[in-house]
Amino acid sequence: MKTKDSGRRRFLKNSAAFAGLALGAARTAQGADTPADTSAARPKDLHSYGERSRYETSARLGAMGLYDPAPPGYHRDFGYRNPIQDSVGYITPAPLHFVIAHGYEPPDIDPAEHHLLIHGLVDKPLIFSLDDLKRFPSVTRAHFLECNANGAPAGPTGQYRVAPTATAQDTHGFTSCSLWTGVPLSIILKRVGVKPEAKWIIGEGSEKGKHTKSIPIEKAMDDVLIAYGQNGEALRPQQGYPIRLLVPGWEGINNVKWLRKIKLVDEPYMGMWESTKYPSLRPDGLSRWFQFQMGPRTVITRPSGGQKLNGPGFYEISGLAWSGGGLVRSIEVSTDNGQTWREAEIQSPVYPKAHVRFGFGWDWNGNETILQSRCTDEVGERQPSVVELAKFWKVEPDFFIKTGTIPGHFNAIQPWKVNSDGSVQNAISF
Amino acid sequence: MRFRFRFLVPVVAVAACFTAKAQTPDYKNVGRTPTAQEIQAMDIAVSTDGKELPPGSGNAKTGARLFQEKCAACHGESQEGSAQAPALVGGKGTLTSLHPKMTVGSYWPYATTIFDYIRRAMPRYQEGSLKPDEVYSLVAFILYRNEIIKEDDVIDAATLPKIKMPNRDGFIPQNMDEIHDWKVRGCKLGHCP
Repeated sequence: MKTKDSGRRRFLKNSAAFAGLALGAARTAQGADTPADTSAARPKDLHSYGERSRYETSARLGAMGLYDPAPPGYHRDFGYRNPIQDSVGYITPAPLHFVIAHGYEPPDIDPAEHHLLIHGLVDKPLIFSLDDLKRFPSVTRAHFLECNANGAPAGPTGQYRVAPTATAQDTHGFTSCSLWTGVPLSIILKRVGVKPEAKWIIGEGSEKGKHTKSIPIEKAMDDVLIAYGQNGEALRPQQGYPIRLLVPGWEGINNVKWLRKIKLVDEPYMGMWESTKYPSLRPDGLSRWFQFQMGPRTVITRPSGGQKLNGPGFYEISGLAWSGGGLVRSIEVSTDNGQTWREAEIQSPVYPKAHVRFGFGWDWNGNETILQSRCTDEVGERQPSVVELAKFWKVEPDFFIKTGTIPGHFNAIQPWKVNSDGSVQNAISF
Repeated sequence: MRFRFRFLVPVVAVAACFTAKAQTPDYKNVGRTPTAQEIQAMDIAVSTDGKELPPGSGNAKTGARLFQEKCAACHGESQEGSAQAPALVGGKGTLTSLHPKMTVGSYWPYATTIFDYIRRAMPRYQEGSLKPDEVYSLVAFILYRNEIIKEDDVIDAATLPKIKMPNRDGFIPQNMDEIHDWKVRGCKLGHCP
C-alpha cells in the first residue's frame, strides 16, 4: 500500500506540470471514450498513460447505434460491437472489446475491497482478496470471447446484420480476442479441495443483476481462468474489473464478469439467462440447452461491407478465424462466389480457442465477384454454409431470418460482394 | 509455425523437467476462512431442489397487491409486458410457431428460477430490496396468473420446488448426465440436432 500512495503523489505532481499540454491533446481525441471513469478527477498526462492518435476514430457501436431511455447509470441496449473491420493482427484492444452485460453498467469496484468466495461442495470454503489471487501461479493465454448471438440474422438486431449495407462490425462485432492473464481455476479448486459429488460450478457477478452461470466441473478443471489481466494491464471495468471468469471457447455468457463468488454444486442451478434466454428453441417446440462451445467461424475484415477498392490490381484479403473446438487447422478463401477454394496464409500465432489472422493475395480484375472464407478446426468441424446449417437444424434457410427467436451460434460463411465500382456489400442470403 | 513448434517443444520439455521437480505446492495460507454469516449473505443462488430457499411464504393475493406497486410499471397491469420488460403470462401453445411467445408460464422450465431471479435482480433499479415473503408472494401471483397454482395456494421453501412448470419437458437433453459431451449428444460445435 505504501508504494501505491507514493506513486499516486508522484503521478499527481507530474500531472500538474503537464496539465496544460495534456488536456488540450486529450480533449481533441475522438472515439470510444468509456463513460464515467475517474478521468474527470485526474488530469490526463499522455506521457503517463497514452492514447491513440487523434486521427484514429475506430469505435464500438451499440447494436442499433442507439440506446433506449433509461434512468442515469443504466443503458438498455443490445450490446456494443467491436469494430472488427478496422482490426489488425489477432488481438482486440481492450477499449474496443465488445461489451454485453444485459444492460447493466460496470460496478465501480475498489480492488482492495473486492473478494472472491469459493464455497459449496468443497473441503474448506475460502475467501480470496485480489492480492491472494496474485500469490498463485499465473498464466497468460490468447483466447477469443464471442457472444452466442454474434451474427444472429433474426431477433431484435437481425435486420442490421442482414442489411446489404452491413459492415463486419454489424455482422461479426460480438467477438474479440485478448491476452488474458490470471490463475487457472483448477489451482484454486485444488486449494479449496473439491468433494467428489461436486459436478458443476456456479459463478456469480457483482453487478446489479448478479448474473449467474452454471459450468460443468470438467470444464472448470480444464482451462478456465480467474482472469485479472487483459493485454498486459488490469481488466477494463466493462470487461469485469477486477476479476472475471474466462471460459475459453464457450458462449460469452459463461465468462462471468465482476466475479464475486463460485459455488461448487451437484447440478446446474438453472439461472434465468441460462435456462430461459440462451437455450435454442427450434420449430419442433424443443429447446437445446447448454450448447457450450462456439463453432468454427471466419470473417474477411478487408475488404468487407462498407469499404471500397480503389480500382483493379493487387489486394491482400485479410480476415480472422477462430473456433471453440481448439486450434484452427486450415483456412480457405474463395474469390469466385464459392466455385473454387484455396488455402489462405496464416499470419499470426495459432493458439487454441483464439483469433487467427489470415491473408490471401488477390489480383482483382475489376469484375463483380463474391469473396468468402471458411475454416476447419482440430476436431474436424468445418464452418458451414447457410444451407448446411439449415439442414442440420432441420429448417428451411429462411427460418434464420423469419423466426421470432434469436438464432444463436450462427456461424455460417459470410459472403462479401465486390461491385465493379469497387464498393463492397453484405451478400448473405437465405 | 512448423519451425517454431519444432524448436520450442524440446526446450519446453526440458524446462518442465526441472521446474516440476522444484516443489509440489499446496498453496498453504492463501485465502482465509469465511464466517458463516459471510457465506449466508452471498448464498442466494437457488437450486432446482430449493435447498437454499429462505424461510417465509406468500400467496397470490398478497402478491397481486405487491405486483401493482413494484412491477406493473414495466411488466404491465396484467403481466402483459411493455417496451421496458417482457410479458410474464400467455404464450401457451405457441412454442412450435414461427413467433413463439416465451413467457414464464409458457417457457420457463423451473419455478425455483422465478424466486432466484426476482430476489437477485428485481425490481430493476432496486435489485435485492425485496424480503423473502414478498418474493414468495410475487412468485405465487405469477404462477397463479399462468394457471399453474390456485389463488390461495401457499408458496414456500417446501411447495415451490415441487411445482412442475408446463414446459419442463421441453428441453433436451432431459438428463443432465448427458449434457457434458457434445459428441455423444450428436451436436456439432454450438449446434445440437
